[in-house]
Amino acid sequence: MADIFDSYALADAWDEMFERPGVPRPAYQGLFAALQPLGADELRYRADQLARVFTDRGVTFDYAGEERPFPLDLIPRVLDAAEWDLIARAVRQRVRTLEAFLDDVYGTRQVFHDGVVPWRLLHSSPHFHRAADGIPARVRVHIAGIDIIRDENGDFRVLEDNVRTPSGVSYVLENRLAMSRTLPALFAEQRVRPVDEYPGRLLGALRKAAPDHVTDPTVVVLTPGVYNAAYFEHALLARLMGVELVEGRDLVCENNRVYMVTTHGKRPVHVIYRRVDDEYLDPLHFRWDSTLGCPGLLNSARSGNVTIANAVGNGVADDKLIYTYVPDLMKYYLGEEPLIANVESYRLEDPDTLEWALGNLGALVLKPVDGAGGKGIVIGPRAPEETLASLAEAVRADPRGWVAQRPVALSTSPSLIGDRPRPRHIDLRPFAVNDGDDVWLLPGGLTRVALPEGELVVNSSQGGGSKDTWVLPDEPARPGPAPALAGAAPPAHWEPSRSAAWDAEQQ
Amino acid sequence: MTRELLSRIAETLYWIGRYVERADDIARLLDVALRRALAGEEDGTAVFAILGHKGAGPQTAETMVGRLAYDATDPGSISGCVRAARENARGVREIISSETWECLNVTWNELPAMRAAAERLGPHHYLRYVRERSAMFFGLADGTMSRDDGWRFIVLGRSLERADMTSRLLAVYHASVSGPPSPASPTWRLLLEACGADESFTRTHRGDRSKVLEFLLLDRLFPRSVMHALATAEQCLAELAPHHGRAGMADAARAAIGRVRMTLEYADTASLPEQLPGLLAALQEAGEAATLAITDRFFQHTAPAGWVRGGSSWAGV
Repeated sequence: MADIFDSYALADAWDEMFERPGVPRPAYQGLFAALQPLGADELRYRADQLARVFTDRGVTFDYAGEERPFPLDLIPRVLDAAEWDLIARAVRQRVRTLEAFLDDVYGTRQVFHDGVVPWRLLHSSPHFHRAADGIPARVRVHIAGIDIIRDENGDFRVLEDNVRTPSGVSYVLENRLAMSRTLPALFAEQRVRPVDEYPGRLLGALRKAAPDHVTDPTVVVLTPGVYNAAYFEHALLARLMGVELVEGRDLVCENNRVYMVTTHGKRPVHVIYRRVDDEYLDPLHFRWDSTLGCPGLLNSARSGNVTIANAVGNGVADDKLIYTYVPDLMKYYLGEEPLIANVESYRLEDPDTLEWALGNLGALVLKPVDGAGGKGIVIGPRAPEETLASLAEAVRADPRGWVAQRPVALSTSPSLIGDRPRPRHIDLRPFAVNDGDDVWLLPGGLTRVALPEGELVVNSSQGGGSKDTWVLPDEPARPGPAPALAGAAPPAHWEPSRSAAWDAEQQ
Repeated sequence: MTRELLSRIAETLYWIGRYVERADDIARLLDVALRRALAGEEDGTAVFAILGHKGAGPQTAETMVGRLAYDATDPGSISGCVRAARENARGVREIISSETWECLNVTWNELPAMRAAAERLGPHHYLRYVRERSAMFFGLADGTMSRDDGWRFIVLGRSLERADMTSRLLAVYHASVSGPPSPASPTWRLLLEACGADESFTRTHRGDRSKVLEFLLLDRLFPRSVMHALATAEQCLAELAPHHGRAGMADAARAAIGRVRMTLEYADTASLPEQLPGLLAALQEAGEAATLAITDRFFQHTAPAGWVRGGSSWAGV
């Protein structure tokens, strides 16, 4: 029987697993050795089992009103200790920069006075909320998801920042659980850094963010409800943190304090980890017709009685035009150079750049600056003529609304398609939790994979799946059995009285 | 220390308890009806009447199963109840244990396959599956949930639903359990089977069929009897909202259930068949009153605010 990777043909991009056909990179050698002998049938069987675990546990996202399981690929993505160290430092640097920028935006706005970022960018940002100005906050980015890709040369690049309500961490936790159930042998042979610390870290950071006068804060997770695409994640996080999962209708504000309605009356709430967008959060200040939020939240936050995490108005920092200024901001606030560079991007506000970009739409990627979930992205080299024509019109009408980037062939990783591994493009979203003193990173993060052949957009809403993401520890992998657990053998005086009773019965 | 529950969650848990129990009860009821139909004693009218489908005429076994078991769009069918229980559970996943959630989720996912199998092997296959899964759900809840208010709301919902269903069952079939013995009619035995009471009854009353009514209505030890269900519901309510007054009862739900339980408690067993219509009417009434009172007391979440754009009340904001 042929081994499963024998027919694996590299695509025209950096491959995460193979240096050249048949030769795995050092970090992947353990995985390669474990997977290679498995037959196609075996692999298929495990993949089906994996899908089954997800369906049974209800690990789904809502797409077009329908619950779908989020496909998990059987072959993990591996990062060695050095790669992870670089990513972790770069993400920390990025989060600290955006934190400082937001503090400035909703404070003195010195960065604009100093001319580092033009004022018009602030005023034209759809996510700059005047209503959030002056709300006290020690931390504004409690949770960040910074999307990182690897380009054709194997260098990491930051693709975009997410500091509003980044989602996907639940899949990291569920992926690891499902993988360790389905392919326990993989984990026995090498040590992988665990991911289960996340809920504890998140709760710690949220509690620390509570208003100063509260000694034992009540934290809640605010969800838009069961029809939200990421509802599964909201419920999982609430469960793992042991806090209430509330909807807007469970909350009331009175005298600038927030309460939840319980069977024993109203109970105060101090920290709201909200997964509701700014626009829907408070009908007094934002969309008046929203029933997802709770009227009065923003005023309560301004009065210092409740902390909203992430802070209101963070969208101004993950605007894709601000993205192009992040290296400048890093220099301005931290005096540092970026550890991981941006993808080459072009601001279309400059008339010459605009003309140049319009002439070269077929060779660029165009992104709406406030889009999320891969919506509205046009990949020039793959787009048909009509799309490019209507794109040109849209861009000319609103140059502030778009940013142009060099198309990057995302790195590929072998993914099980049918019963064979094939190269598919992937990215990485590491999750950072900021408690004000320290920015902690969940080891690994979410590797998303674009399952259709050649597809470059990895979002789940665009037919994406995910992979378990392994970070290897600093020391070399140790083959051989894991050390026996202390206390695994029963102590000598232990009397198995019940089994003795069964023995008697069987006679 | 028990933690307060969000009203919305309390209500959801209560309804999960009711829906799972209802799916179980309909499956039991349908099993009886189908076997009666085989004996030519049943045309579905009675079953539809029990479940509150008004004006349903005679049905074949197939249409009966189709409507009461497989039709997920009908909230009064088994699959409709499983679906409702599962949807509700999806909204409180962070409260119930993941095993109980997985149990309901898998049950819902498997129903189509069970239906396909039942169409080859007979409806009993499907009905049995539903009963097993509901037993599994309550077993898992029993084994994995803390005995806090969340647990009490599930048990409360289950108990009220059970008292309601058992009394409905008796209302329709009481002629065959209390009337003169007609050895041709197996209904009284089927009724006992439907309540899972067959063996327990035989052991207690040695198959004396004049005691069937007493057993299903008044037995203090059998868990599916009306009496036992009412006592459990009362216990839950007492723990949910302890009453410390020296006299009277401020909790309307507990009062309603307590009164009807007392009536049953001291009912004259000798004249039970004659009293039955009156008792059953009182039971239905008490059930309704209790449900209303529980909703009133525990499930008062704020209604979503309705905004009037440009209304004068906005002037001060």
